[in-house]
Amino acid sequence: MTALLSIDGVTRRFGAVTAVDRLSLEIVENEFFALLGASGSGKTTLLRMLAGFETPDAGAIRLDGADISRMPPNRRPVNLMFQSYALFPHMTVEGNIAYGLEMEHLPRSEIGARVGEIMEITELSPMAKRKPDQLSGGQRQRVALARALVKRPRLLLLDEPLGALDKKLRAAMQLELKRLQHEVGITFIVVTHDQEEALVMADRVAILKDGRLLQCGTPHEVYEHPANRFAADFIGVMNFIEEGGRTLAIRPERIHLFPDRADRTVEGRVTARAYHGLDLQLHVATPLSPKPLLVRLTANAADRRPVAEGDTVTLGWNEADTRQFND
Amino acid sequence: MRGHLAPHRFPEKTRRVQSPNTRSTLLMAPALMWLTALMVVPCGLILALGFFRRGLYGGIEYTFTLENFALIVDPLYAGIFLTSARIAGLATLIAVVIGYAAAYAIAAAPRHRQPLLLFLAVLPFWSNYLIRTYAWIVLLNREGLITQGLRMLGYEGEPPSMLYTEGAVITGLVYNYLPFVILACYAPLARLNPELAEASRDLGASAFTTFRRVILPMTVPGIAAGAVFVFVLSIGNFITPALLGGGRFQMMGNLIYAQFLTANDWPFGAAISMVLIAIMMGLLTIQAIAAEKGAGERREGTDG
Repeated sequence: MTALLSIDGVTRRFGAVTAVDRLSLEIVENEFFALLGASGSGKTTLLRMLAGFETPDAGAIRLDGADISRMPPNRRPVNLMFQSYALFPHMTVEGNIAYGLEMEHLPRSEIGARVGEIMEITELSPMAKRKPDQLSGGQRQRVALARALVKRPRLLLLDEPLGALDKKLRAAMQLELKRLQHEVGITFIVVTHDQEEALVMADRVAILKDGRLLQCGTPHEVYEHPANRFAADFIGVMNFIEEGGRTLAIRPERIHLFPDRADRTVEGRVTARAYHGLDLQLHVATPLSPKPLLVRLTANAADRRPVAEGDTVTLGWNEADTRQFND
Repeated sequence: MRGHLAPHRFPEKTRRVQSPNTRSTLLMAPALMWLTALMVVPCGLILALGFFRRGLYGGIEYTFTLENFALIVDPLYAGIFLTSARIAGLATLIAVVIGYAAAYAIAAAPRHRQPLLLFLAVLPFWSNYLIRTYAWIVLLNREGLITQGLRMLGYEGEPPSMLYTEGAVITGLVYNYLPFVILACYAPLARLNPELAEASRDLGASAFTTFRRVILPMTVPGIAAGAVFVFVLSIGNFITPALLGGGRFQMMGNLIYAQFLTANDWPFGAAISMVLIAIMMGLLTIQAIAAEKGAGERREGTDG
């Protein structure tokens, strides 16, 4: 498959700071792509370059093969859903959504039909005449989304789309966004600092740090085969064991308690125990690392073999479940 | 007592406005007493004065009449009123255009430089109104600085007559009240979430369309506040028309001044004053209603 968007050696500097550093990525049509990074990783700068609010100092951004890096934002077939939503407060929900189509000078009847259709999909029809300040956070988020989607862009950019929502709504909206993306058949690029969100929603994830691309792959790849120590630490939770000049990394759910068979075992003492309902997390102090190892047991496993704080336990794991880093 | 009951009767919106206890009443008392003694009472007296008859030798005859108010629609005085309104209106229009542009430029400047630019914009305000107006006489005089400047550039014809014209009066009014407009327009412009303009561009609008459909409508309350200020102060102004208009331009302010100080017709002066105050109150009320209506919208569209 040929790339819809190709980011080729793009650099953006602000004074002495290099926000995005020789970054290259390819994104294919209909993909749900996540840019994952902490604040200051350059993910938002990259998104703003894709939208047209920043111009790269070097490199090229190609959409359908054409270089768009210097094209003004209003000419790009790309739309951005802002983190603050940036809804026009003096316009109704309907007015906000129609705005982008009015800019295309479409016939009134077509604008009406398309606005109506997208309001159906995003369940906004009952609040068509309301102003943004009469909406809940989740409703505003849907207006921002509808306003961008109604333009039928080649590429939809979403800046922390669920950041302002509370936890429960967020989980629901993650799946909702994915459903919507399938329904409208538009390529999505989501910027997020929430690794769980990226894993749940995206087809592929790119991890950014200090303006550089650390790793790019499917959620399974980046979770199970992190390219380096930072990526391993950033995605999910990881135990690190330093030995003989190299770093051994193992996920908490890959460590077994009192294993029948394991490539490696170690004895330790339980220093803390946290019950999460779905699982039980143990902190186990071992001679292997200064920090206690984190072990995650399913509710089932925890019931079979109850442990208390202060207990001495045997931990074990398989070599195949560990990663090694030399940095 | 009202303060205790009101929050239960009215939902959210008024709760914020209601004074919840006696402390705020105490804090407001000095200002209220000051305003009552020096604003409400004198205005009431002036209003009452408007309904009396002028005495034969300038005194006041305490018999009720509506003559003074009827006299205002007399073509002579109605003409003065219309001239005042036209001059004040033009001054307002020019001040709003210049002031809005300046406020826009200040709001677009780097954040750390904005306080200095605002300070410079209001700097003339710290000098005396009369001195500032006299400065314009020095500039616009037949042999003033502008004429001398033209001479230095090789102009040899008749000196242009600029002083004692309607243009000079409007220039003086615009100059004096411009800082109000800049401050009134700067506030909503500075509060505007810059992402709104970006969102508009992103949705396909040109820079001009973005200004017309997003930035301008959202800053109308500031424009209205500044405009009402300039208009109200201009229509009642008597110093600028007297000094820069050379007495050739009678405005409402001059008319009132003359009634009280030279014609000795206090009742008629009072009647014109009241009409002027009524117009001002009307405009300020409309502006306040518009601002209140826009308040909810602005909350959403501003950052921080």
